[in-house]
Amino acid sequence: MTPTRKKRLSIVLLVLFAASMAVALVSYAFKENIDVYFSPQSIANGEAPLQRMIRVGGIVVDDSVSRDNDTLKVSFSVTDGEADLKIHFQGILPDLFREGQGIVARGQLQQDGSFTADEVLAKHDETYTPPEVSASLAGNLKYDQEKAALDAAENTKPIAGGSLQTIE
Amino acid sequence: MSADIGHFMLILAMAVSFLLAVLPLTGSLINHPAMMRMAKPLAYLTAACLTISFLALVSGFLNNNFTIAYVAQNSNTQLPVGYRIAATWGGHEGSLLLWVTILGVWLSAVAFLSEQLPRDMRARVLSVMGIIAFGFILFIEITSNPFERLLPGFPVEGKDLNPLLQDFGLVIHPPMLYMGYVGLSVVFAFTVAALIGGNMDTSWAKWSRPWTTAAWCFLTIGIALGSWWAYYELGWGGWWFWDPVENASFMPWLAGTALIHSLAATEKRGVFRLWTVLLSITAFSLSLLGTFLVRSGVLTSVHAFASDPSRGLFILVLLTVISGSALLLTALRAPMFRATASYKFFSREGFLLLNNLLVCGACVVVFIGTLFPLLTDVLDMGKFSVGPPYFNTLFVPLVLVLLLALGIGPWLHWREQKTNGLVRRSVVWAITSIILGAATNWLVAGSLDAMVWLTFALCYWVLCGEVYTLWLQVRNKQNKAQALGKSPAWLVGMVVAHVGLLVSVAGVAATSFYSIEKDAKLALNTPIEVAGKTFELQRLTDITGPNYVATRALIQVTDGEKQFLITPEKRLYIAQQMPMTEVAIRPSLNRELYVAMGEVLDDGSWAMRIHIRPLIRWIWLGAIFMALGGMISICDRRYRKVKSRASARSSIAGTAAA
Repeated sequence: MTPTRKKRLSIVLLVLFAASMAVALVSYAFKENIDVYFSPQSIANGEAPLQRMIRVGGIVVDDSVSRDNDTLKVSFSVTDGEADLKIHFQGILPDLFREGQGIVARGQLQQDGSFTADEVLAKHDETYTPPEVSASLAGNLKYDQEKAALDAAENTKPIAGGSLQTIE
Repeated sequence: MSADIGHFMLILAMAVSFLLAVLPLTGSLINHPAMMRMAKPLAYLTAACLTISFLALVSGFLNNNFTIAYVAQNSNTQLPVGYRIAATWGGHEGSLLLWVTILGVWLSAVAFLSEQLPRDMRARVLSVMGIIAFGFILFIEITSNPFERLLPGFPVEGKDLNPLLQDFGLVIHPPMLYMGYVGLSVVFAFTVAALIGGNMDTSWAKWSRPWTTAAWCFLTIGIALGSWWAYYELGWGGWWFWDPVENASFMPWLAGTALIHSLAATEKRGVFRLWTVLLSITAFSLSLLGTFLVRSGVLTSVHAFASDPSRGLFILVLLTVISGSALLLTALRAPMFRATASYKFFSREGFLLLNNLLVCGACVVVFIGTLFPLLTDVLDMGKFSVGPPYFNTLFVPLVLVLLLALGIGPWLHWREQKTNGLVRRSVVWAITSIILGAATNWLVAGSLDAMVWLTFALCYWVLCGEVYTLWLQVRNKQNKAQALGKSPAWLVGMVVAHVGLLVSVAGVAATSFYSIEKDAKLALNTPIEVAGKTFELQRLTDITGPNYVATRALIQVTDGEKQFLITPEKRLYIAQQMPMTEVAIRPSLNRELYVAMGEVLDDGSWAMRIHIRPLIRWIWLGAIFMALGGMISICDRRYRKVKSRASARSSIAGTAAA
């Protein structure tokens, strides 16, 4: 082999090696660290794995929020209209967390069917419903009205929904 | 009235930019000097129309002109004047107008500073930028006109700017970021112009370099501002969330970083030409992709909001047309990229290549993590979210390897480095770094943690390399201090930027490992202790701001001998009935204290976030250094001398012809 070819071959091999390493690493990181979203209904149906990091979401049920004043422990239920899910959380809820608001929580499903959240997200916008939540609400008769109301709110306030986009 | 002027100017800008896109380019192809000479005035005219249009929108905000729909939705008479100006880019339509106005700024900068370019090259560069400007103005006209009127039934009061945006950081963050995004269009235009011309010698790389670095500096500052803002305004205490919107600005930055380094090799040695071309196309495409991701509403993100899908589609088409045609052109010109220079792996070229592999690898990691959830969602394969652990798992090792290489790369010779004394030097540096790393780790945390120790040691390793790079400059000089002062600007800039990276990395390591985060309950006059500090809530006062009401807490902090007061607030912005957390920060380069009011509990006490974050300021300080380094290297004499050399060359050519 001429030196140029030898060099080319070594470059090709190096690139191949780096690429396969990258693929292996990415797929490993993916397998460990992807959170799948489940609706309360699919959790009630037993589709979600126990004690694995998942995300759930729904509308916070009225009068379901109860706080322990000494430990900052809080529990509340979310619903997609079909099923309710009880969520436990310790810490400070986001500014826009309130009853009737759509939220997404990240955490693990426990043996007793409740959910322990590490993180609760409510968007910084009063008309916003997390896309997953509105998707699981869609096609659900009980919540169609609410959805219509949300859509109406979105239509009348298009920019309120758009304003945060500049944040990047 | 201002709305009409603004809209008229925008349409005029569209027409002028169309001429700019067509005339000089055609002129350069048929060798028509008069048409090529049109480039400069047309560029200035486009910029002027856009600027007037933008100022018209600003004046709409200043005058509370609620007949303009966009003003009515993003402003309010109660809004302070400074924020009214900032509200111009607080929403979708206005921020796009800012985008093209900034493109106008870059256009006139290129037109002004490109005297030394050959006439056809200059005509093509400005034309390519004209094409981009035309595409974006068309986009604004069709999908997002900021001057749309609410007549006759306009509201007497506007809806107000989103309270999150009512903050100084957010006033300057978007313009800085856009300066970076749009600035990458300049190197893109240079590349495409060179591809059209078919002359891929290294002068194209030389012209592109200062522009790329300038755009990269703005992008660096823009991203750092965004991170700083997220830290003190969102009230969660984090500084980077691997949020898709953040990633959207981070990807062009990574591609730009790789581009700066490959341009260096291309200019000096003529290597990696095809790679550099592809990178410059990629960097600008990622800017466009970022705009698409943020504008289209396809993201699942902490900042994701409903938006108009037709806007996203338009940007996607624009992205495909712009990047696609550039890539096609590259493919057509591929035979021209035969490499002429050879080099060994252990050389500066080799290490610049390594830098590119690692930085581009990091960019790919971010790209996959950002787009994978979108892809599965579009293909209906389920709703996934890729969290910070994915990014950290892959990103951190890449950065550590990058640091390892960075200790060596800057002082290597081009072509081939002799390995004399190399092993001994490396061992000395490595031992020094490990000891100093341990000492620093101990100083910061009072303990040793393998990961932090390794990171700090690598930082010192790079520092050794940078110091050695400077030493090589002065080694053979009599008066070393004077020689150091006379080091070329590119070298000083490089060292400053690399040191900036170290400062940031050290900050990230310390903050990630040693932050104390505690959610605590604070009742009036009941001191609690967190991390050796005592916090006592002394008073809660209700205050009224210009457009909000707030509860302000007065907290006395006792830290050993020191005593001080901090005052976090919980605000309610009246127009949008939106609660906001105003964080109290006790700034420190060492251990920063951060207190945010969470929620009020039933018994009137408050749940608060108390964070102690070591070295967090270093993250942004490092970014400032990086941008500063970039600015210094732009001032290098080489770029200023180009003009005289080019004119000298043309005079020689003239003599030869005669």
